Amino acid sequence: MPLFLLVGLPVLASAAAYAQRSPRFRLGWLVGTALVHVTVVATFWVHPAAPALGGWLAVDPLGLVVLTLVSVLFLVVAIYAVGFLRTETPRGGPVFVSCLLAFLAAATLVAISHHLALVWVGMETTTLALAPLVYHRHDRRSLEAVWKYLVLSSVGIALALFGTFFLAAAQTQGRPLILEDLIAGSGSLQPALLRAAFIFLLVGYGTKMGLAPLHAWKPDTYGEAPSLVGGLMAGALTSCAFLGVARITQVTVAAGYDSFVQPILLGFGLISLVVAAAFMIGQTDLKRLLAYSSVEHMGILVLGLGLGGVGRYGTVLHLLNNGLTKGIMFLAVGNIVLVTGSATSDAARGILRRLPVSGVLLLLGLFAVTGSPPFGLFLSEFTILNAAIGQGHPWVAIAMIALLALIFVGMAAVVLEVIYRPPETEAPAVRENLLLVAGPIALLVAVLVLGMYIPPPLQRVLTEAARGLGGVAP
Amino acid sequence: MSGLHELLLLCVVLTNFWVLGTTRLSATIRATAIQGGLLAALPIALHPGWSLHIIGLAAGTFLVKAILLPTFLNWAIREASVRREVEPLIGFTASLALGALAVALSFGIAERIPLPESDSALLVPVALSTVIVGLLVLTTRSKALTQVVGYLILENGIYVFGLSQVERVPFLVELGVLLDIFVGVFIMGIVVFHINREFDSLDSTRLTELKD
Repeated sequence: MPLFLLVGLPVLASAAAYAQRSPRFRLGWLVGTALVHVTVVATFWVHPAAPALGGWLAVDPLGLVVLTLVSVLFLVVAIYAVGFLRTETPRGGPVFVSCLLAFLAAATLVAISHHLALVWVGMETTTLALAPLVYHRHDRRSLEAVWKYLVLSSVGIALALFGTFFLAAAQTQGRPLILEDLIAGSGSLQPALLRAAFIFLLVGYGTKMGLAPLHAWKPDTYGEAPSLVGGLMAGALTSCAFLGVARITQVTVAAGYDSFVQPILLGFGLISLVVAAAFMIGQTDLKRLLAYSSVEHMGILVLGLGLGGVGRYGTVLHLLNNGLTKGIMFLAVGNIVLVTGSATSDAARGILRRLPVSGVLLLLGLFAVTGSPPFGLFLSEFTILNAAIGQGHPWVAIAMIALLALIFVGMAAVVLEVIYRPPETEAPAVRENLLLVAGPIALLVAVLVLGMYIPPPLQRVLTEAARGLGGVAP
Repeated sequence: MSGLHELLLLCVVLTNFWVLGTTRLSATIRATAIQGGLLAALPIALHPGWSLHIIGLAAGTFLVKAILLPTFLNWAIREASVRREVEPLIGFTASLALGALAVALSFGIAERIPLPESDSALLVPVALSTVIVGLLVLTTRSKALTQVVGYLILENGIYVFGLSQVERVPFLVELGVLLDIFVGVFIMGIVVFHINREFDSLDSTRLTELKD
């Protein structure tokens, strides 16, 4: 029952918000739904949810991590949206809120669905729900961005559907396309069809994750979408897409094809790191910089998945850390855009004086996102690095260290210039709205805590999730 | 009814070639409408038994792929008043040749795919060649609207492949897939409409402002 509520409530709220004439009530639906969603998800940590719809909907440890991430990030974004919509008045007020809620419903469906075709339906819906939000500014640049986003994501997702059908064809026993039955009957899966399914699903959902070289839509989309939408995409949408990749990896590994899966995942991971490093250097737009940072972290996620062993524990932890950190970065940049009207590093110069809180958030966020201690990403990247050495891939470890160092330099150069270089014309400090900074501050605290202490319930869930993927906890 | 579905599948291939060979956008849309109708008839021909599942799938497919989407796309070209694909990146003769190559290739690949209990020997090769033709149209045509048609053909190819699994995928999920495709094409159509208004052209090659 609570599982139906999690998907059904945002759907209803989305319709209600669209019909609502008063902006105040509309935002009430947004924040209210986000609060209920977080509360219900929180109860799952104490009392695990019972499967529903004959096993189609269930919450396993990996799904719980993604679900919690989506829920928390959505609450932060919803509160931010209240402040954002005060200063920015989009042409389609009802559409904006309604699409955000529709995204929440679809992302929840992806996280809790154990029927792999239903996962596809949810994934395609997340793409469509965010499209009108990318076109928020209604100008030529955002039009170009939304076109690229729609076409590339849709083709990617179509290939994932192809892969899903291959997987159905590969299955010879058990309920069709139910994750548990696929894993239980993994020995009887038809090998050639399973491999084809893995490739198509990886390319399909990998496009949605933004793994290089399938990332072409990402910088344009993140660059043009409103920052809070970018934060949702980089934190929640990519995590859902990763869950799709993780599911098929789970099945393929259970069938005993770890040696087939590993080199492919390692290849995508390393290419993503190389592309991210190459395009970050000399980047002048903060949002595009974050898009390449997202390509980097998606690369690290599949790298950990490909390394196996402890690496898979690191990947699950990294998933959580990356999602929270992207929220901080995009919302901090969003505050800069609200004041300066642009995300280019020239316009944002001297931001520490104009926006002290957001400036500090951006500075600390820089260290968090590049994996510096004591933030959570350091811990997860370190775990993955350890796995590379432990699993006998020293060259992967060396490449990873070198590329992460390059990425740190590339990102720090842009962000530090924005923060410390004096602006051309001195502008007075702006009083910052609590609604616009409270969320990112809370996320920063969470990432900081995760870097130093992992609470036992979380540790347990992470361990089980890693085991589910065929890995182990350190 | 074993002969009927083979005939329908061959007609699907013919509509693919129709799309590849024509310059007129309205003809492209008509071809996809007819393809949609063929796809709606296919499940009935493949699984004669009149189960509710099959009837529902056929009706839903007919409604979405043969009526709603073609009507909507026709509306979009009327609003945009464009009629022809003028400069494709690959000429029409060349794309027809590539289409023929795709069919040959698909038969080659299909032989290597060990599908259990395959309903028809033509099902998998037709599905694969339709997917390839869809990708071809999507990548080689410069009009945004033709690219939407390409996406639709790609989805149609995957649909044909999915028919081999029709007993294994529940009706509810199929409805979800159809609905997603409908909304997807609908949003793409709206974006095409905006591209036309903003740039006075349906040419997606003009979208070149964003780069590093």
